[in-house]
Amino acid sequence: MATEAHGAEDKGLELVFHPMDQFIVKPLFGDGGVGTFTITNVTLWMAITVLAIVALLVLGTSGRNTVPSRIQSIAELAYGFIRKMVEDVAGKDALPYFPYIMTLFIFIVFSNFLGLLPGAFTTTSHIAVTAVMAMAVFLAVTILGFVKNGFGFLSVFWISSAPLPLRPILALIEVISYFVRPVSHSIRLAGNMMAGHAVIKVFAAFAPMVLIGWIGVLVTPLSIIAITAIYALEVLVAFIQAYVFTILTCVYLKDALHPHH
Amino acid sequence: MEGDIVQMGAYIGAGLACTGMGGAAVGVGHVVGNFLSGALRNPSAAGGQTATMFIGIAFSEALGIFSFLVALLLMFAV
Repeated sequence: MATEAHGAEDKGLELVFHPMDQFIVKPLFGDGGVGTFTITNVTLWMAITVLAIVALLVLGTSGRNTVPSRIQSIAELAYGFIRKMVEDVAGKDALPYFPYIMTLFIFIVFSNFLGLLPGAFTTTSHIAVTAVMAMAVFLAVTILGFVKNGFGFLSVFWISSAPLPLRPILALIEVISYFVRPVSHSIRLAGNMMAGHAVIKVFAAFAPMVLIGWIGVLVTPLSIIAITAIYALEVLVAFIQAYVFTILTCVYLKDALHPHH
Repeated sequence: MEGDIVQMGAYIGAGLACTGMGGAAVGVGHVVGNFLSGALRNPSAAGGQTATMFIGIAFSEALGIFSFLVALLLMFAV
């Protein structure tokens, strides 16, 4: 989406770049196009994410010490945190689905944090990646709701606590909001990650201004401070968005298990 | 010429759609502000309600996401 803006205002500087360049999917080997089975930078960073998760959760807990080591206590902390969230939000009978929610959370949180490394590729900044996760949650929750409750699951749209004349209108709104769920669920994560990283790159483009003229003496320190501040905010956002994605999965799961309001 | 005008309209519309994000900002600020004022009155009950706060944030933020979606569609799909 950003290639044509490249070098349009190139003032002989090598550091001119477009803020959206970091999201371009390109093949890792060779210069060919991107096909279905091409190994791209997305593939690479997803593999690194999975390896990091394996390092934390499998290798970190392999000792099974009663007094946990540092890595093991981080893994136990993450496990306990998500387990408590599932239990609090979705209820005790949602615990059989805890492994799936744990997988989602750990994958998102790791790819968000790994994407913050300078030069890294943020896999969750692509709607294609988050939409697959959100659609999987949506389909799983809908199928689960029908399997567990039969057609009684449709009562999730019929709010029995509302006054009777209002119920058909509310039912319409509920149906719309139900089918919009995967859209907002996926774009929230992708949009937050993409926007934050693009803002960092916009300020990064101002940082080499000191090489152009005297105005840079003013602009360069300001933009470096701004990059640092926004980076700190992004560290927070990386965690919060993973948390929000997971907690919304729990809320949808609760709707599937207990459709009666 | 005609295509240029259409593209101009799409870009202006994308910019206008982004004003909807201001509404999402007001909504999220309202949720968190009210949570905080409630939490400072009764700090012992606040811990159990943070999850509810995040759900509320997510729901009000969803409407800001729709304006972002409209902007994206105008930029890349129209």
